[in-house]
Amino acid sequence: MFSTVRERVGEVLLPGDEFSFEAEEKISLTAPVKSEKVVCGPGLRRCGDRLVVFKSGVLRHKEPNVFWIDSQQRRYVPAKGESIIGIVTAKSGDVFKVDFGGSEQASLSYLTFEGATKRNRPNVQVGDLVFAQFLIANKDMEPELVCIDSSGRANGMGVFGAGGLLFRVSLGLVRRLLAPHSDIRSDLEQLFPCELVVGMNGRIWVKSATVQQTLIIANLLQSAETMTAQQRQQLFRKVQQGAF
Amino acid sequence: MKDTPLSNCERDFLLKAIEEKKRLDGRQTYDYRKIKISFGTDYGCCFVDLGQTRVMAQVSCELVAPKENRPNEGIMFFNIELSPMASPGFEQGRQSELSVKLNRQLERCLRNSKCIDTESLCVVSGEKVWQIRVDVHTLNNDGNLMDAASIAAITALCHFRRPDVSTQGQEVTVYSPEERDPIPLSIYHMPISVSFAFFQQGTYLLVDPCEREERVMDGLLVIAMNKHREICSIQSSGGIMLLKEQVMRCSKIAGVKVSEITELINEALLNDRKARKAGGKCGFAESMPQERITALKKDETPVEMTDVTETANGIIQKGEAAPQTVPSPVVPVPGVGQVGQGLQNSWGLEDDDEDDYEEEKNDNSGDEQVEEVTKMDVGEGDVVEISDIEEEEVVILNPEVPEKPKNTGSKSHQKGAAASKKRQKK
Repeated sequence: MFSTVRERVGEVLLPGDEFSFEAEEKISLTAPVKSEKVVCGPGLRRCGDRLVVFKSGVLRHKEPNVFWIDSQQRRYVPAKGESIIGIVTAKSGDVFKVDFGGSEQASLSYLTFEGATKRNRPNVQVGDLVFAQFLIANKDMEPELVCIDSSGRANGMGVFGAGGLLFRVSLGLVRRLLAPHSDIRSDLEQLFPCELVVGMNGRIWVKSATVQQTLIIANLLQSAETMTAQQRQQLFRKVQQGAF
Repeated sequence: MKDTPLSNCERDFLLKAIEEKKRLDGRQTYDYRKIKISFGTDYGCCFVDLGQTRVMAQVSCELVAPKENRPNEGIMFFNIELSPMASPGFEQGRQSELSVKLNRQLERCLRNSKCIDTESLCVVSGEKVWQIRVDVHTLNNDGNLMDAASIAAITALCHFRRPDVSTQGQEVTVYSPEERDPIPLSIYHMPISVSFAFFQQGTYLLVDPCEREERVMDGLLVIAMNKHREICSIQSSGGIMLLKEQVMRCSKIAGVKVSEITELINEALLNDRKARKAGGKCGFAESMPQERITALKKDETPVEMTDVTETANGIIQKGEAAPQTVPSPVVPVPGVGQVGQGLQNSWGLEDDDEDDYEEEKNDNSGDEQVEEVTKMDVGEGDVVEISDIEEEEVVILNPEVPEKPKNTGSKSHQKGAAASKKRQKK
């Protein structure tokens, strides 16, 4: 039934493109009838009996029938459970206000750090970076961040140490970096040793041995956004030859 | 909406990088970002890209009554609009500190330097003069809006043409561009502002600061200069103490930068003039057709035709299943037609067929020979033949299937059938 969508997987679609589903002309009498449901991810919307595209990007598919549009947008919309890099903008009472690049600031309670108690407050200053995940991400409520997982462990989250550079890339690049076998990441690993923190909100923090190397990595990642794999590898190779 | 705050780590990193004479985008201390100047369709519309910073300037003119104390001078009006499109921190319609500062700076740079001959803008003394209005819109803010705005404004003023007028007694006639060519403004010189950012109380100096550098700088020195190295305005903000040598150095750098930028502007203007004279499309907006019947007409797209035959053949090869679904009447012996009986079973056809094919291969030496022949043909023949041969294969297979259950030993029949088929085909 969803063959019309399925056959366009991997193609670039634009807002306004639509798929219509007509009833199948042949119905098998013997095969058991399965009700097929399609799950629409970002960029796809149901409109009556049609499926309308409202973001430009590449149509992706995941078995059995999840479809979404892989776009290069930069605006971040919080989603529950996603880890982000935020900047602490204010301390008010027992919560911190954190800017994460969304439409609203999120709140982060000082008790949601590992090992924090009423007595033992975490050392967070205004302007510090935190790596946290969303506990509440709801369009009607203030988003809420935590720096612990469900078992109370930090699990990599918390306040950043000194040094390093923060910069912004598109959300598409962030997802590519965080994918299980990311090719950009494996290319980058061959370059310099560096610490990299990737937030789902499009912010990347990088720290390397020297300022020069940090700058190189930041610029490479920002330019890798619009490159093909071949161009990127060529560039990385050039940098590697120039650097050593 | 609030602007994104600057984190401590960015601030520390930037200051550390500046100490090491490095900048975020790999520039040297005295380097400008890439400047791009382009023009709109109309006269007096100019876009300036300074790296990621982008501004647009539009010049317009109007006949107004002059100011009382200057009855024979035209009026210049400058306005910088900081729209939220440029940066989420800018608000529409509200005079922020920054916009006042930029407006004032632009006025000082262009009006107070008397770079435009305002007396030539007088039409009737004391009654009608031209008011030239320069609107600068910020489209994107990545720092150093002042330099981008000053380049855009002066380029737009150079590009602008005002309608020609004539006076006869008390009667003023304004001519449309069709009647008389519009007249350019008379511009004496082109003041261009150059910004210097100071860090660590003036220890380090950067030309053309980007947005993040602007946020961590201690002080800013803006020097407006023309290519004759005459300083038109100079402004220091941020409250830092500058040494005399530092200011002298800045003015020297500014001189070099201004001459470079002036050259670029002249080149851009010359290119635009050439394009307009040639009558071709020029400017950014002209690339979009408007309000024409042919707006939706598309040019014929050239289609690659090089390997069409190959792809077509490929499609034909893949489409070999077609004759199977509609089984042809079986021809057991030449000249005898048979319909219905012994027809191929179209239910679960594919599996059956393959099995049969294998069986055939195993126990049928005669057919194997045919196979071999076809294979050889495939090897040596050209592409066109392949499809033909494949069809032949189908032909051999087709009659084979129904024959099997009936009569296993009728090879001669089959061969005959196959041969007849072949003959029919050819």
